Amino acid sequence: MESTVVTKNAKANAKVETRSTKKIKLKRILSYAAFVGPALLFFIVIQIIPFIMGIYYSFTSWNGISSSIEWVGFENYKRIFTNDQRFFDSFLFTTKFMFAAVLISNIIGFSFALMLNSALKTRNLLRTAFFIPNVIGGLLLGFIWQFIFVRGFSAVGELTNISFFLKPWLGDATTAFWGIVIVFAWQISGYMMVIYIAALQGVDSSLLEAAKIDGANAFTTLRKIIIPLILPAFTICFFLTISMAFKIFDLNLSLTGGGPFNSTQSVAINIYQEAFTNNNYGIGSAKSILFFLIVAIFTTVQVMITKKKEVEA
Amino acid sequence: MKYTKKTFVVEIIAICIAILFLVPFYFVIVNSLKGFSEILIDAAALPNEWLFSNYVKVWQILDFPRAFFNSLVITVFSNIGLVVISSMAAWKMVRTPGKFSKILFILFVSAMVIPFQTVMIPLVKLGGMLGIMNSIPGIIIMYFGFGVPLSLFLYHGFVKTVPIEVEESARIDGCSQFGLFWRIVFPLLKPITVTVIILNTLWIWNDYLLPLLVLQDASLRTIPLATSSFFAQYTKQWDMGLAALVLGITPVIIFFLFLQKHIIKGIASGSIK
Repeated sequence: MESTVVTKNAKANAKVETRSTKKIKLKRILSYAAFVGPALLFFIVIQIIPFIMGIYYSFTSWNGISSSIEWVGFENYKRIFTNDQRFFDSFLFTTKFMFAAVLISNIIGFSFALMLNSALKTRNLLRTAFFIPNVIGGLLLGFIWQFIFVRGFSAVGELTNISFFLKPWLGDATTAFWGIVIVFAWQISGYMMVIYIAALQGVDSSLLEAAKIDGANAFTTLRKIIIPLILPAFTICFFLTISMAFKIFDLNLSLTGGGPFNSTQSVAINIYQEAFTNNNYGIGSAKSILFFLIVAIFTTVQVMITKKKEVEA
Repeated sequence: MKYTKKTFVVEIIAICIAILFLVPFYFVIVNSLKGFSEILIDAAALPNEWLFSNYVKVWQILDFPRAFFNSLVITVFSNIGLVVISSMAAWKMVRTPGKFSKILFILFVSAMVIPFQTVMIPLVKLGGMLGIMNSIPGIIIMYFGFGVPLSLFLYHGFVKTVPIEVEESARIDGCSQFGLFWRIVFPLLKPITVTVIILNTLWIWNDYLLPLLVLQDASLRTIPLATSSFFAQYTKQWDMGLAALVLGITPVIIFFLFLQKHIIKGIASGSIK
């Protein structure tokens, strides 16, 4: 008799226990959903669903208006690769621009950082001055520099007679290219400088003292000690500038509008026009998927290369 | 470090470079106060007569107070929402280690590679279906979606450095999950919250393409939108155009000058992580 009561009790206890662990588990899931759910929901609706829709549209001939969406397979991609000179040109322009812009803005940013890393009295003021262009948006910067290139440069040119200022800056394909590079570097180098300064401050000063005692000159110290020590900063800066330069849109649009004769049309502008000016949503989507793949490949390759260098150093 | 002769030379050179660097601002401000013909004659000189009428005209054409207000509302509410949803999600994900949290985190982070141009075309269609086009709350919701990956990533990295002991003692005291997060954890996240707000503010305030696609009504225009439609209408009218540009950049420059220490620190720490 007694034993059956005991087992009954035990069974009841076990039941209560499983029920309560289940309850706790359910509570945990609910609380997880309450905390993570909102972020995940907005993220999925605004980025993931459109991304998947974009892949689908890239295989259709949708024009953005008609309700019937026709499946065309790889037709859009074929057309882009075989019969779209302008897209190819804009890709070439963007790639060239990226190399020039990344190199120049990092050289300037790093030089500013080296300069401001010494015990200057006006250090904070200078840092502010170099950083200011970065807080202004690309669209307004483009308009500002349109004026500088068109009116400002010619005024300086008339005063000084330096031929650099007398060129038809935005009116010629080559100088317009460099015009965009200059404005991009003006905007970004202060940003890169801030990252490089943060890295330089982390370099152990006793190492630099030791190098000095060993008779290393400034250039050798820079090349053999400082740069290898702050390679992670280079990884970050190159990553940031590559993706910013490759996705350039606002600045390009307001400075040159892609001209003269579409010679400075970035891929981002080309996609925008294909979709919203020509109403070719299908081809536009196909281009945008290619654009995604290119950006993804560029940035991964770059991170892999510099990470490898970091390990070697 | 000592202040030597060499440092002095570097200082002089640096100051000269900085002045050259900022010369474009001189051109823009000086010429915004001139009449049109005077700009054409000599863009480098100071104005003969300081004309503030350019600003008065542009203020009305741009409907500047309205554009400023729209930009402000969009930036402020997007920021509040992003801080709330990202900090909560990041904290929970760090404190619930496991496969699911890990996969979610990778999903969020890898989305940062997706260029805006890749999602914009379907987003316009989806936004139409959801009825969030051409509305300010609608664009704020979109900023939630686009801002979450970076904000969550920054919070995620920071939460890992917050000791868990504080939370455990609060839990023993019978604090609820929400109470625990908002009263105990969130105040500890303040440094990274500042960084998140600064990065998101600069991005959203200056953003052009998303508002261009979403906000069609003239009454909903943000500062970049109002400026670009102004330039489309008054091409090459530099007297008014420059005044419009000065008005457009003033708010963000004031914001920067007041908070520059936090901004530069925030930018540096935000990119290094």
